[in-house]
Amino acid sequence: MIELVSQERCVQCDMCIRVCPTNVFDSGPDGVPVIARQEDCQTCFICEAYCPADALYVAPYADRTEHPDERDLIEKGLLGSWRKTIGWGPGRTRLAAIDTTPFIDRILPRRADP
Amino acid sequence: MLVIGGGPAGAWAAWSAASQGAKVVLADKGYLGSSGATAPGGTNLLYLPPDAELREAAVRKRYRESGYLAEPDWIHRVLDQIYENLQRVESWGYPFRRDENGTPMRDHLQGPEYMRLMRRAVGKAGVKILDQSPALELLADDHGVGGARGICRLDGSEWEVRANAVVVATGGCAFLSKGLGCNVLTGDGYLMAAEVGVELSGMEFSRQYAPSAAFGTVTRGRLLNWATYFAEDGSVLQADGSRAGDFLPLMLSKGPVYAVLDKADTEEKRSILRRSHAIFFLPYDRAGIDPFTQKFPLTLRYEGTVRGTGGIRIVGEDCSTTVGGLYAAGDAATRERVTGAKSGGGAFNASWAICSGTWAGRAAARYALALGGRTGTRALRPAGRSGMPAGADSPAEMDAKALVEAIQQEVFPLSINYFRSEAGLRKSLERLNGLWPYVHGRVPATAQGRVRARETAAMAATARWMYTAALARRETRGMHTLAEYPSADPAQRHRLLVSGLDRIGVRPDPVSLWYEGEPALGQEVRA
Repeated sequence: MIELVSQERCVQCDMCIRVCPTNVFDSGPDGVPVIARQEDCQTCFICEAYCPADALYVAPYADRTEHPDERDLIEKGLLGSWRKTIGWGPGRTRLAAIDTTPFIDRILPRRADP
Repeated sequence: MLVIGGGPAGAWAAWSAASQGAKVVLADKGYLGSSGATAPGGTNLLYLPPDAELREAAVRKRYRESGYLAEPDWIHRVLDQIYENLQRVESWGYPFRRDENGTPMRDHLQGPEYMRLMRRAVGKAGVKILDQSPALELLADDHGVGGARGICRLDGSEWEVRANAVVVATGGCAFLSKGLGCNVLTGDGYLMAAEVGVELSGMEFSRQYAPSAAFGTVTRGRLLNWATYFAEDGSVLQADGSRAGDFLPLMLSKGPVYAVLDKADTEEKRSILRRSHAIFFLPYDRAGIDPFTQKFPLTLRYEGTVRGTGGIRIVGEDCSTTVGGLYAAGDAATRERVTGAKSGGGAFNASWAICSGTWAGRAAARYALALGGRTGTRALRPAGRSGMPAGADSPAEMDAKALVEAIQQEVFPLSINYFRSEAGLRKSLERLNGLWPYVHGRVPATAQGRVRARETAAMAATARWMYTAALARRETRGMHTLAEYPSADPAQRHRLLVSGLDRIGVRPDPVSLWYEGEPALGQEVRA
């Protein structure tokens, strides 16, 4: 579930509010979006992909909250890691351009019983 | 014209309609680009070069697997159309890989990239996009559908779009099971269509579950081909990655199941897998699990009609319905014409979304343009009842949370919905019918409350349609099974149509038999 909107990193573009498929965010009083309906988060990570400031963190757990520490996430390189993986952002190679899916059946393990 | 839904089918419908010169509005519950089952991850596609022999062989194979409920000419139409549309996707800037010979490999799309590109294409075509704006009900008169009404989730404002034609592309229904990207798919379009008198087809083909990490949401099974499966005590359940037959449902009914991707046994292989289905690894990386060397617990998440094949009945090659001005595309429509009784999961459904969207959009645009500027003068009535203020017949506020949980208790359990029996489904349907009056309670006033009330009604109706159809199909065909009837019955080689809300009707819909002389007709349908 969505766990963090970084006060420090957020540039108040409201992109997360616009893109969240399940309407988890509301505008906050100081302009930084707030997680208003955490239980509605479907853990799809797409808000992270669209956040230009790498200010969001979605924990991998579907049904429980984690309350991660922002500094810890930064140290582990997790803030913005999904956007980096799909290659969005300046100077990056899009994942689609290096997609190996068309080739993965070449390394399929052999089955005893095909 | 109006397109309801902003996943792949809705995006293609809007683009296609705008290309015909129609003025198009697209309204999505979430955001065109991030909404739906495709956007967060990715999707395989049917991509066969225009080689007549190759395609005919593929069509015949699929026809057999469909339980003889598909239609070969429709499968051919999809193969033709998808080939054309994927070339277009590439011309718009999608960087498809090429193999060693320079042949483009257009059989997989990365979701975020694909849907961001579709948003650009739709915008460039001049479509007006309403994000965060779920449709709540259709508008109709005696001539058919003439628009829709909905609400903006961000500010609670209501919207109304009058349109000569409407394409419903709202996706299937996965009952908020938290499969990747699927929680926006709550059967809204089925309910809206049923309220204007359209039937649904194939709702019994809704028995599909997808594996994900027990703690997570990423329902991507393909990489489990590199897995070994273990029981709680560490004993090996399956060494070669195969999940054939009922393997996972059976094992998970007995206890926890763990997997480790130990068949990806070199750095090179691991790197290839990571760059194919990157989102598969996200939950494990963040939970501190190395899925190549450490066991992770699995669960099965119910995928409802998203990977099932049932949906709004379409009656024409243009994805028209029995109601004037109403068209259906993607998972909102029945996919039986191309996948019959077999799950369309993956390549077929994704390709169907693109093709049916293209056809529905084009036809709806032509219909709308032919009708001209009369829509403003029609005496249209809002059709929404269940889960709407107009349908409330009780002063007590509807408890959507409790109702959703009660519905999920009927459709999630493997014991009811996977290991289907007449006895089990009958009891479950009785309980679901018992819930139905409660979706007619007073609707909360907030935007979120109004949307969830409507979604709850749609899920309650969808579950009842599914089980009503499942009980009427007293045989085992494709993904549908009934313990009491373990084989296919040639006399039931028809589709099943359900209709109605308070009282649900069901009737057979005959399907022509193709390829006279196919061996063992009706016998090998569980292939």
